[in-house]
Amino acid sequence: MNVTEDSTEQCGNSLTRELTQNPLKKIWVPSSTNGLPERHISQRKVCMTNCPTLIVTVGLPARGKTYISKKLTRYLNWIDVPTKEFNVGQYRRECVKIYKSFEFFQPDNEEGLKIRKQCALAALNDVRQFLTDEGGQVAVFDATNTTRERRETIIRFAEQNGFKVFFVESVCEDPDVIAENIVQVKLGSPDYIHCNTEEAVADFMKRIKCYENSYQPLDEELDRDLSFIKIIDVGRRYLVNRVQDHIQSRIVYYLMNIHITPRSIYLCRHGESDLNIKGRIGGDSGLSARGKEFAKALRQFIQSQNIRDLKVWTSQMKRTIQTAEALGVPYEQWKALNEIDAGVCEELMYEEIQQRYPQEFALRDQDKYRYRYPKGESYEDLVQRLEPVIMELERQENVLVICHQAVMRCLLAYFLDKTAEELPYLKCTLHTVLKLTPMAYGCKVESVCLNVDAVNTHRDRPSNVNVLRTTEDALQTVPPHL
Amino acid sequence: MTPDRHVQNQTVVSLSAVLLILLFNTWIAERSSKSSRPQFTNCPTMIVMVGLPARGKTYISKKLTRYLNWIGVPTQVFNLGQYRREVVQTYKNYEFFRPDNEEAMKIRRACASNALKDIANYFTKEQGQVAVFDATNTTRERRGVIISFAKEKGYKVFFIESFCDDPEIIEANIMQVKLSSPDYENYDKEEALVDFLKRIDCYNMSYVPLDEEKDRHLSFIKIFNVGSRYLVNCVQDHIQSRIVYYLMNIHVTPRSIYLSRHGESELNLLGRIGGDTGLSSQGQKYAKALAEFIRGQSIKDLKVWTSHMKRTIQTAEALGVPYEQWKALNEIDAGVCEEMTYEEIQATHPEEFALRDQDKYRYRYPKGESYEDLVHRLEPVIMELERQENVLVICHQAVMRCLLAYFLDKSADDLPYLKCPLHTVLKLTPLAYGCKVESFYLNIQAVNTHRDRPTNVNVARKPEEALQTVPEHL
Repeated sequence: MNVTEDSTEQCGNSLTRELTQNPLKKIWVPSSTNGLPERHISQRKVCMTNCPTLIVTVGLPARGKTYISKKLTRYLNWIDVPTKEFNVGQYRRECVKIYKSFEFFQPDNEEGLKIRKQCALAALNDVRQFLTDEGGQVAVFDATNTTRERRETIIRFAEQNGFKVFFVESVCEDPDVIAENIVQVKLGSPDYIHCNTEEAVADFMKRIKCYENSYQPLDEELDRDLSFIKIIDVGRRYLVNRVQDHIQSRIVYYLMNIHITPRSIYLCRHGESDLNIKGRIGGDSGLSARGKEFAKALRQFIQSQNIRDLKVWTSQMKRTIQTAEALGVPYEQWKALNEIDAGVCEELMYEEIQQRYPQEFALRDQDKYRYRYPKGESYEDLVQRLEPVIMELERQENVLVICHQAVMRCLLAYFLDKTAEELPYLKCTLHTVLKLTPMAYGCKVESVCLNVDAVNTHRDRPSNVNVLRTTEDALQTVPPHL
Repeated sequence: MTPDRHVQNQTVVSLSAVLLILLFNTWIAERSSKSSRPQFTNCPTMIVMVGLPARGKTYISKKLTRYLNWIGVPTQVFNLGQYRREVVQTYKNYEFFRPDNEEAMKIRRACASNALKDIANYFTKEQGQVAVFDATNTTRERRGVIISFAKEKGYKVFFIESFCDDPEIIEANIMQVKLSSPDYENYDKEEALVDFLKRIDCYNMSYVPLDEEKDRHLSFIKIFNVGSRYLVNCVQDHIQSRIVYYLMNIHVTPRSIYLSRHGESELNLLGRIGGDTGLSSQGQKYAKALAEFIRGQSIKDLKVWTSHMKRTIQTAEALGVPYEQWKALNEIDAGVCEEMTYEEIQATHPEEFALRDQDKYRYRYPKGESYEDLVHRLEPVIMELERQENVLVICHQAVMRCLLAYFLDKSADDLPYLKCPLHTVLKLTPLAYGCKVESFYLNIQAVNTHRDRPTNVNVARKPEEALQTVPEHL
C-alpha cells in the first residue's frame, strides 16, 4: 500500500511526530522526516495474519476440493487478502498434453507417479514465489493430497519457508453428490474432450478407485498437532482442529456457512429517485414517478419467476424501502446495505464536486476503489461493511437484494470475482435486475431490463485524471441529467 | 430491539413515531408482523449444555449469554444447580449426587422440570429468544426429555458439549469457581476438592457423550480440551452459526484488556462533540503518561489498536510501538450535530435533543448513528478481542461505553451512561465467571465530557432543563 505525498511540516523532535492525512484514503499517518520512507504503513491495516498461509486441500476426486478452493480464493481476495489457487491437475495437463485414461493414476504406474510428483513440486515452487516474492498472503494448494507422506512433504516445505499450513479435507460418501459433481464439472474437463458421457463417467470412477486404497484421511489422533477442518457430507458435520490465527478462524467460519443447495440471488437497485434525475449523488430521497413504475414492474417480474421462499432485503434508505413496499411481501432492512457515504459531497452534482473540490475529484478518478470521500467512505470501506451481508447471503437460499449503485458493484464483484480496479466501474444500471445462479465453479448471470426508462448514473473513468486537468476533462464522462 | 411496545406514555409514542419517520417506515408496517430488522432466528432456541462437572459449562453459558444479549438477542441462563440449592437449602456432601440416591434423584428431576417450565415462560411471556439450559445433561435419557419438550413447544435445540480429560484444567476449574460455591461454604479447601472429585465420579459412570453417529440428527458442537478441537454437527440457522463462530474464538488463556480514550482533544476543550481534531496540550501530556504507564505494566506481547481518527492515533504515536488502525473503532457519527456544543444542539434541534434523552441507546442522530448501530459495527472488534491476548484499545467515549458494556454485562439502558472519563485507563482481567476492573487515573487534568440523563426529557421542556447536566467547557 503506498502513501503519500505529505505536508512539509518538519518536526524538530523525532519522538512526537506530526500527523498528516493521506489525501487518498484520509488515513492519518506520521509525516516522514528527513525524507525517509515511512515503513510502518503496512502495519496500519488490521492484521489478518503475520506470515503467509498455505491452505492444502485433501480428499478423493470429485469431493468438491476445486469448488472450495476457487470459492475460498474469491472470498479472500474480495476481503483484500491476496490469495491464489494452484491446481495440480492443471500442472499435470500441461506436462502430459493428452490424457489417455485412468491408468495414468494407477498406484503401480511408475512413470505416472514420477510425473505427478514433479507437478506437485512445480506447483509448490510457484506457491513459494507467490507468497515470498509477489506479496501473496494465502496460497491454496488444490490436489488430492490423500497420503500422509505427501502431506509430510508439504509440511516440510512450508516449515522451510516460514508458511503456516491449514488443511481443508472434504469427505463424502453420498453417491448422489459424487455423481452430480462428476456431471457438473468433470465431464467438461479437458481430460474428457474426446469421450462421450458414459465413457467419461466410467473412466472417472476408475480414477477415484486408484486413490481409494492409499487414502489416509486426516485423523483426530494421529494428526492432532496439525491445523485443519474436515468437512463431512458437504457441510453436515465439521471437525475443526487447532485454529492458529485470525485468518484461519475466518476461513473456518466461511467454509461452515457455504452450501451447494441450488438457488438464485437477485440483485437490483432501488427505482429511479428524485436525486437521480437531478444528477445528484447520495442523499435519502424518494422514488420518482418512473421509479415507482419500476417498483410495480419489479413486483410483476418477481411473481412471474415463481421463486420458492424468497427473502427480500433492502437498505435503511427511503428509496429501497419504497421499492420493496411495492412487492407486498415482508422484507428485512439492513443498515449495512446503505449507499456509500459521500461525506462532504453528499447530494452534490459532479459539476459541483468539480467546482468545490477539484483535487478530491481527481484523486477519486486516480484510485476509485481506495479513495475515501472527506468525512465519508471508500469502496474499500464498503466491502468491509458488506462482509456480513455476503456471509448471510451464503447461508441463505433465494434472496432479492434491493440496494444502491456502489453497494451493488461490491456485491457483484464478489460473485463474479472482479478485481478492486474493475469493481468501481461495474455497470449496474437502474431498473435492471441481475439474476445470479451458482453453476459449476462460478456464477451464471442473467440480466433482465424491466423496460422502464431511467437516467444513466454511470460515470466512466475519464482519460485525464491529473489533478491539474481542465474542468471539461474532469466532466468528460458525466452522464446527462436535468 | 424494536421500539418498546409496552409503554403507553404519550411522549414515548411520539418517540416511536419520530423514529419511524427516521426509518421511513409506516406506523402500520412497524406494528404488523413485517420484520424490519435482519432475522437471527425465526423461533426460540434452547441451548443445552452437556458435560461432567468442572468442564466449563457455566463459564460458557454465562459468556455466551453475555455476548448474545450484547448483540441484541434476548438470552437468559437457567442453571440447574441454583434450582437445586433453592430446594435443598444446605449441601451436605457428594452423596446427594450418587446415582442410587432415590430421594435426591426425585428432587433433581423436579428441579429440571421447573427449569423447563421457566424456560417456556421466558419464551412466551418475556419475549426471550435464547435460553441456555446449564446442567450436566450427561445421559441420553435426560437429553431425550429436553428434546421432546422442545419439539412439543416448537423450540429449536442446540447442544454444547464440553469434553475435557486434562486433569490440570479440571483442577484449575475447581479451584477457581467451585471452592467458592455456596455448597462449600463450610468446607476447607482440601475437603472441598476431595468431595468435588467424588461428585464428578457420580456422573462419570452414567455419562454418555454426544456421538457422531447415534446423534447425527441433533444440532451440536463438541468442544475438546478447551478449544483445541471442535466437532460441529447440523448447524440449522444464522444464530447457531454465530454461536459456533463465537465459541470457536474464545479462549481461557490469562490476559488483560486495557481500554482508554484518546487524550483530551481540542474539541473536547470547547465542549464540542465528534469531529476529527488533534490533542490539546493536556492530551499530549496524557499520551506520554500513558506510554509510561504501559511500560510500567510490563505487558507481554501487547497489541495496540486505535481508530482512524487523529486523536487516537496521536495518542498511540507517543507509545513508540506499532499499532493497528480500525475504522470500526471510530467515534459515533453525530450526523448533522457533528462538532456542535450541546447548547447549539438544543438551540438548533431541541426535539432531537429530547428524543435522545428519552432513549439514548436507540436514538440515531439525523444522518448519523445510534449506540445500537455502534454495537453492530463493533462486533468484529469484540470477536477479535476474544481471539487476542493482551490488547490496549485507544478509542472514544461512546465506543468505550459499548466495549465496556460487553465485558461488564451492562444493559442497553445502562450502556450510554457508563462513566468513561478522559485520561483514565481501565484494565479488564477475566476472572472466574466475570471480569475484574481496575481503574487507573493518570493524574493529567482533563475536561469532563460525561452528560447525565436530565430529569426532564419531555420534548416540551425548557432549555435550562435540557442543559441541566451539560458538563463545563470553554
